Amino acid sequence: MIWLKPSWQAVLAILLCLVAFALGAMSKPEAAALAEPAATIAYPYMDTKGLILALLLIAALVSTVRLAPLVEGVVLFVGAHIAAWLLIKGIGGFEGTALAPYFLALAAAWLLAWRCVGLLSSLRPAANGAKTALRLVIPAIFGAWILIIWEAVTRGAGIPFILLPPPSAIGARIANSLPILGSDVRQTIFKAVLIGYIVGSFAGFIVAILADRVPFLRRGLLPIGNMVSALPIIGVAPIMVMWFGFDWPSKAAVVIIMTFFPMLVNTVAGLAASGHMERDLMRTYASGYWPTLLKLRLPAAMPFIFNALKINSTLALIGAIVAEFFGTPVVGMGFRISTEVGRMNIDMVWAEIAVAALAGSVFYGVVALVERAVTFWHPSVRGG
Amino acid sequence: MSGQSPAVVSASKLGLTFQTNDGPVQALSNVDLTIGKGEFVSFIGPSGCGKTTLLRVIADLEKPTAGAISVNGMTPEQARESRAYGYVFQAAALFPWRTIERNVALPLEIIGLSKAEQADRIKRTMELVNLSGFEKKYPWQLSGGMQQRASIARALAFDADLLLMDEPFGALDEIVRDHLNEQLLSLWDRTNKTICFVTHSIPEAVYLSTRIVVMSPRPGRVTDIIESTLSRKRPLDIRETPEFLAIAARVRDGLRAGHSYED
Repeated sequence: MIWLKPSWQAVLAILLCLVAFALGAMSKPEAAALAEPAATIAYPYMDTKGLILALLLIAALVSTVRLAPLVEGVVLFVGAHIAAWLLIKGIGGFEGTALAPYFLALAAAWLLAWRCVGLLSSLRPAANGAKTALRLVIPAIFGAWILIIWEAVTRGAGIPFILLPPPSAIGARIANSLPILGSDVRQTIFKAVLIGYIVGSFAGFIVAILADRVPFLRRGLLPIGNMVSALPIIGVAPIMVMWFGFDWPSKAAVVIIMTFFPMLVNTVAGLAASGHMERDLMRTYASGYWPTLLKLRLPAAMPFIFNALKINSTLALIGAIVAEFFGTPVVGMGFRISTEVGRMNIDMVWAEIAVAALAGSVFYGVVALVERAVTFWHPSVRGG
Repeated sequence: MSGQSPAVVSASKLGLTFQTNDGPVQALSNVDLTIGKGEFVSFIGPSGCGKTTLLRVIADLEKPTAGAISVNGMTPEQARESRAYGYVFQAAALFPWRTIERNVALPLEIIGLSKAEQADRIKRTMELVNLSGFEKKYPWQLSGGMQQRASIARALAFDADLLLMDEPFGALDEIVRDHLNEQLLSLWDRTNKTICFVTHSIPEAVYLSTRIVVMSPRPGRVTDIIESTLSRKRPLDIRETPEFLAIAARVRDGLRAGHSYED
């Protein structure tokens, strides 16, 4: 048995395939056709049922043989993904008719993909290119399977479109509504979020410096800032609309209120983060307030400031979208979400959510990259 | 620079009382001390004897509450404002976001020297502490001994005539410490700076100093001042000579007397 090396995923996948085969019909039309051999009933997987199960079985069986991990991974990858693709393609036109074998085959394919990701993450390639490729491939397979299962389950079980549209429908909606999505992104992200984020974060930073410089501000302003941060955004948004009108300035104002306080608190904490020995050192140089601030206290505060910038990047997006629920011109991500929900265009809501998630991730990623470059010296970045 | 230079540090009836939550704590009391130019003076004593506090008073990092002190003939504050001294702390206190070179340049930037002058001084002081070739490294890439040497270079880059050192080698192992002691002595010999050096190691104090100030705690005060009879040139093995051991014994007696007085 030295040449065999079965994984539990492969064994379980083989068992699932065998059970699926034994149970017979993959869908209700197929069951009907089997019951009435004389009638000509079209049903899914007329030609591909054997192919799907055979692919899964072969991939699982090959993977139990002792092979190089990369070869085994490629076999599993090909088997699992072609089978999944055939499964999803075949159910088209027969949504909601899937029977147990359909889901068993899906589970088997998923187990093989799981085994494939497990193998790939155990690889330790020497070349840098291969490392980068692996770092991208593993989360890509992971993400792809979230979509595959979502797609297969919503279509196979015929989940109502209103509750949860399949990702393919959301993707199609995104592709068909690019101009609308583009103008919504321009309105919400490039105007309200970015301007509010920059003004709010910058104001928080400046007020923190002022509070540090002027003691009476520190005593008086910080508690007030605390109260501002506790303001419920839902309550503030309509008032901002009254003050600044329906267009993006009122949304930017909400974002400013949301982002101001995290930056203020973090900067104040960061300015106190430099050690007393370092501050004594600057004193022995007869260094004034500003040189000490620029050369010692601000660099030492950078990890705190970037923390605030990262927190604010997500807060700003939430603030701008929610603020648009309270009155807006006929453009904007929050506006679109609230109106399309009312018109039952759930795929458009999901499209906006997907775009917002993508924009938020990019925003956060850019801030995190800049942080790594600026605070390269911090133990959490240099690792040690 | 006047022709007739006064004492570099001169303290009389100096006292410092900290107001703490547990009531006043007398950190220094009745300290009389004069340090001349070119001397290497060590302050030794158990923890809490006020040796670091005394150094901090000289550096104007603490204000005395009694008596008088002058540094270079000025008040400590004026001396600090005119950048009369370089200070080396117990830890290297290098800024991790600056390279070694930029750390050494820090005081020069604050003084406002030209780039060319900065580069010149950096090169000279890095050679002085044997750190040439490590200019572009970050502090966290160097060993503890090298970091402390870099902090000495930073204090020297200033080119002040007075160097205040607060247990600079306390955290280092003995081999590195011996090595740095030797380097410090040769540096002192070459530059003719006045050095005030706080330590709690008797051999270190005796090996380095021309004068040893023995202090004792509660209240912090000077119990003995011992003139060293050793010559200026001191190889490491001088520490086994009877002369060295005799001075060390005197220091130890002084420390012990300070303690029994209190018991």
